[in-house]
Amino acid sequence: MIGRIGLAFGVFLIVSPAILFFLWMISLSVKHEIDNAAYPPVFIPENFAWKNYADVLASNRFFTYFKNSVVVTGGATLLAMLVGVPAGYGIARMAAHKSAIVILIARITPGLSYLIPLFLLFQWLGLLGTLWPQIIIHLVVTVPIVIWIMIGYFETTPIELEEAATIDGATRWQVFRHVALPVAKPGLAVAFILAVIFSWNNFVFGIVLAGRETRTLPVAVYNMISFDQLSWGPLAAAALIVTLPVLVLTMFAQRQIVAGLTAGAVKGG
Amino acid sequence: MSTITDQAAGAAQDITVPAQPWRPPSYWPFVLPALIVVLSVIIFPWLFTIWMSFQEWKVGSPTTFVGFANYLRLPADPRFVEAVGHTLSYTALSVVLPLVLGTFAAVIFHIKFPGRGILRALFIMPMMATPVAIALVWTMMFHPQLGVLNYLLSLVGLPPQLWVFHPGTVIPSLVLVETWQWTPLVMLIVLGGIAALPTEPYESAQIDGATAWQMFRYITLPLIMPFLFIAAMIRAIDAVKSFDIIFAITQGGPGTASETINLYLYSVAFVYYDLGYASAIALVFFALIVALTAVLLILRKRAQWTGIDA
Repeated sequence: MIGRIGLAFGVFLIVSPAILFFLWMISLSVKHEIDNAAYPPVFIPENFAWKNYADVLASNRFFTYFKNSVVVTGGATLLAMLVGVPAGYGIARMAAHKSAIVILIARITPGLSYLIPLFLLFQWLGLLGTLWPQIIIHLVVTVPIVIWIMIGYFETTPIELEEAATIDGATRWQVFRHVALPVAKPGLAVAFILAVIFSWNNFVFGIVLAGRETRTLPVAVYNMISFDQLSWGPLAAAALIVTLPVLVLTMFAQRQIVAGLTAGAVKGG
Repeated sequence: MSTITDQAAGAAQDITVPAQPWRPPSYWPFVLPALIVVLSVIIFPWLFTIWMSFQEWKVGSPTTFVGFANYLRLPADPRFVEAVGHTLSYTALSVVLPLVLGTFAAVIFHIKFPGRGILRALFIMPMMATPVAIALVWTMMFHPQLGVLNYLLSLVGLPPQLWVFHPGTVIPSLVLVETWQWTPLVMLIVLGGIAALPTEPYESAQIDGATAWQMFRYITLPLIMPFLFIAAMIRAIDAVKSFDIIFAITQGGPGTASETINLYLYSVAFVYYDLGYASAIALVFFALIVALTAVLLILRKRAQWTGIDA
């Protein structure tokens, strides 16, 4: 009995900071300014300010920024899958473990040190007004994640099936496409989900490379701070909208995320 | 492990096919596209940064070779020296606190209880959420007059704080956010370690009448040591590079009280556009991260020698 109460208390202790934070975030986002400025603070307002959300969604630039985020994250993730999955397979089959050192270097390098040379390169190529610089630099985040996770998965998939297919006359590409890839489907999901999340969340590349028309959502939300210092409601609503896709993904793909994170990949940039 | 098998495979090849001309390994087409990407977005920036660090280069003016001058500027730059200090204290706190709390959380989540799955999903949300979005909400919570944190302090009878608005409390306050955000990752790594533990020691300890604390202290803790080191290493690498949270909440302020190396690097590169100097900072910063990783690896080795993780 005492043990059970102790456990309940322990669970409450470790989970409450996360839960209370997000409840407070929701609370801030549905309150009018008068309630957000009240002391003692109001947790559940009498009048909900749904207008905060309507304002954010109705602002004419929001959908531009949303579209930018989708294009950058989508582009960087798909490109990373396209080059990273075969690479993970090749590295696993060649047992080229030393090549993983490049991934390790990418993992420990601060994102800013990529930015200086690539910024100059993009400027020189005249790409700065477009979304291309951001798609390309997000590859720094997504490619190592995908390669790292896929090496792990292809190393554990049984090689016997592939050998049998080779004896039957399949080319290496056919073996990869029709034997190895279907078996590694769970790994593909893990790599895809983590690449999407860490690209979506990325902020540092955007503040340097994005112009007014090419901002992604995290950068757009950051820029709201300076203009709307005192309107907490819309600001919190915008913050929630930006992070909501990630939170929903975390809820539904918890198993894949945990598998991927404990595999040692974990965020870049 | 890998090197031994590589060498063995290499040796076997040398013996069986000595006269064959060299052919590219057949898996190369799979790796080639990724290699091109890695060369252009990871290797090229590195080489370019090394070259730039020996140049005097401000945007808009031509470059001149200055040798090690950019590196020699570093120890004489009070802002850089100060930033190193901030980075070290920020990192030390951001490793230790999540490590302690994350281990505690892992012990809890290892026990089966109703609702564990959903609570674990909620628990890991802080590290998955968009950092800028949560930084924004923390900024509101830190507000000295209207923030909810000072209200919570007043409930338990503590005086209000200035949090991130005072040079003396800004780093601990930012560490609070960092800890809140990254404790879940430590929990996941340690939980993986605990899940793999054998059950026999616990059974015999129970027979001997050991308390829960004794079992944790003398059985669990020594056995999960390797996982704690991995968690500490990942945490140190991430904390040293921390950018989003600090930039979004304080921009390194008040004054330069929370300016870490990474934030100073940002200013030098993209506020002052002093690209040669920024490149030198980036390289020294990278060397510091490598050194930090190496120190933790050495500590881990030493822990093994002295038998801490038997």
